[in-house]
Amino acid sequence: MTGFVGVQLGQASVDAGALAEGRQRLGRWRRLPAKAKGGAILLGLFTLAAIIGPFVTPYDPSYQNPNPALSLHPPDAAHLLGTTNSGQDVLSQLLVGIRLTMELALVVGVVATVLSVIVGVAAATLGGLWDEFLSLVSNVFLVIPALPLLVVLLGYLPEHGQTPMILVLSALGWPWGAKVIRAQTLAIRNRDFVSAARETGEGTWRIVAFEIIPNEVSLIAANFVNTVLYAIATSVALAFIGLADLSSWSLGTMLYWAESQQALTLGAWWWFIPPGLAVALIGTALVLVNTGIDELVNPRLKDAASASRIAGHRLRPTDPTPVLAGFAPRRAPVAAFLHSFSRSSLVEAGPNGGARVRADGRYPNGGQ
Amino acid sequence: MAFLARRLSFYIVALWAALTVNFFVPRLMPGNAVEAIMSKFPGLTPATEKALQAMLGVDHPGSLWHQYVTYLSDVAHFNFGTDVSEYPAKVSTIIGQTIPWTLTLVGTATVIAFLIGTALGIMAGWRHGGTLDRVLPGLMFLQALPYFFLALILVDLLALHLHVFPTGSGYGQTDVPGWNTAFIGSAIYHSILPAFTIVITSVAGWMLQMRNVMITTIGEDYVLAAQAKGLKNRRVVFTYAARNALLPQLQGFGLALGFVVSGAIVMEIVFSYPGIGLLLVNAVTSSDFPMMQAIFLVITVTVLLANLIVDLIIIFVDPRVRTREATG
Repeated sequence: MTGFVGVQLGQASVDAGALAEGRQRLGRWRRLPAKAKGGAILLGLFTLAAIIGPFVTPYDPSYQNPNPALSLHPPDAAHLLGTTNSGQDVLSQLLVGIRLTMELALVVGVVATVLSVIVGVAAATLGGLWDEFLSLVSNVFLVIPALPLLVVLLGYLPEHGQTPMILVLSALGWPWGAKVIRAQTLAIRNRDFVSAARETGEGTWRIVAFEIIPNEVSLIAANFVNTVLYAIATSVALAFIGLADLSSWSLGTMLYWAESQQALTLGAWWWFIPPGLAVALIGTALVLVNTGIDELVNPRLKDAASASRIAGHRLRPTDPTPVLAGFAPRRAPVAAFLHSFSRSSLVEAGPNGGARVRADGRYPNGGQ
Repeated sequence: MAFLARRLSFYIVALWAALTVNFFVPRLMPGNAVEAIMSKFPGLTPATEKALQAMLGVDHPGSLWHQYVTYLSDVAHFNFGTDVSEYPAKVSTIIGQTIPWTLTLVGTATVIAFLIGTALGIMAGWRHGGTLDRVLPGLMFLQALPYFFLALILVDLLALHLHVFPTGSGYGQTDVPGWNTAFIGSAIYHSILPAFTIVITSVAGWMLQMRNVMITTIGEDYVLAAQAKGLKNRRVVFTYAARNALLPQLQGFGLALGFVVSGAIVMEIVFSYPGIGLLLVNAVTSSDFPMMQAIFLVITVTVLLANLIVDLIIIFVDPRVRTREATG
């Protein structure tokens, strides 16, 4: 540590500043919970695969090799993940499938999160009848079972492509986020800095854009991660049911074909396991990232080893956890029902809201 | 009663919303649904075509409002029309045959998963940082696996290779459905593996949620006070911490019921289980629109009723809700 400082002193001030910034950034990364780091790395790998995957596929994923010896061939040097019963290369399908599935999840995540923010903030800001109405709509959408509704909606459509899937998933993916963001907005709206902004004559929508939404970034991020999770799980399940465009390659359609062609019964694990594992790993990465966000916001959830360490300071065990007054997170069983294609579970704001944690400036990633 | 009345009126609004979606969606979709059905099932009579036109609103005379009112009154009389793929069976009869299967299996499995998960969550929350916490990343991975993926692997291992359980269906091929021990035994035997897959995939979620709420609750002053009074650990854990932590968990249970139903649909496909989810997917793949509409409604009503039951339980366990009622 002291060595570092010495080096720094000897440098030009610009360099020293850059170095300090670099160290700070590194330090911030180091302070992230281990789970969040693991999740971020895993997610990065899959994102990389989604971006470059389709350009590096060894074969055309749809090409059916007529050579009977290549039907259901186990993995070898030529086909790293073996072949399907019609001689298609599983690795190529997987690389293209990761792209398609992540693309869909990303678009749904963005659209549904934007809808959540609009509805949530509008309900809390407009208040009165608008609030009643928007909350009622969110609650109704939450209580109506999503997958049956999705199945019925897709069932009426004459064809199942990527676009209809994105539309219906986005249309049903926003209510939980809207509820959570509404609660948080209500909590922030009564805080001093918002009142101060109002006193100085700021307009409502300016306050929303520059005071309220910036203070909800972590919540919106968590909501986005959850929506992406929901989109992946649900789209894979719908494809498995057969309600996706079965001529395209996504992780879900791969599983659909593997199952309908009896891959497991025929012992072709290399066909069935990789797409399922890819879905699970992407899902785990997202859950880990979300747990990381949760633990940053609510340090009590951290593992015992690091629980008493706040912003790098080891507190005496008798010290109350400083940042948590009045902040009681509640988790919905989202994570719980990943397999059943959940929407999302988020930290719900307590009476004082999550923003309090940041305003204290003692919160690990608070930037103070 | 104010709380209950408020919840009841909410469910009625939700039901109305579901009915309205059901009514308008087929009318907004492109293509002529009735023609599609008629060309698929040549055995249908012109009378059925008329009925379908009325139901799906294609080429049907009469205002939209009139159709809407007729539709609502039909539903109120449990008249879901005639099934087209198994013509001339009534939709309501077919649904009635499948519901008990789904309700029994999925209901039991969900309650078991909820109880085990909550118990584990209480332990993990109390012994925060202990052994149970160390398996958390593993649990997250288990949760992130697509349900059907895990279920199919288990079927492959336990049914195809080890022959411990049957691969699917609700009862043996030679069994005749009826209320006798042989048939009920067979049905139970066929339900163990599906129930097991539901339990292991959903236990982790309940556990994680309960653990997190427990940890927050244990930090409350009244728990500290209870410990300071020298109460036994067991009393502090269950009567003070867990009892309060259970309330969000119960509310979560109500919300999760929709997801439970969703899981059931996929489960029934994996196991070819003769329940309502399989019926729904078959109806969709054969464009059996009357059946689709009816199943969606039945599922929604079931979820709403289950939510109502959860509300009643919350009234029972949470005195605050009762006091709020007493004071208006």
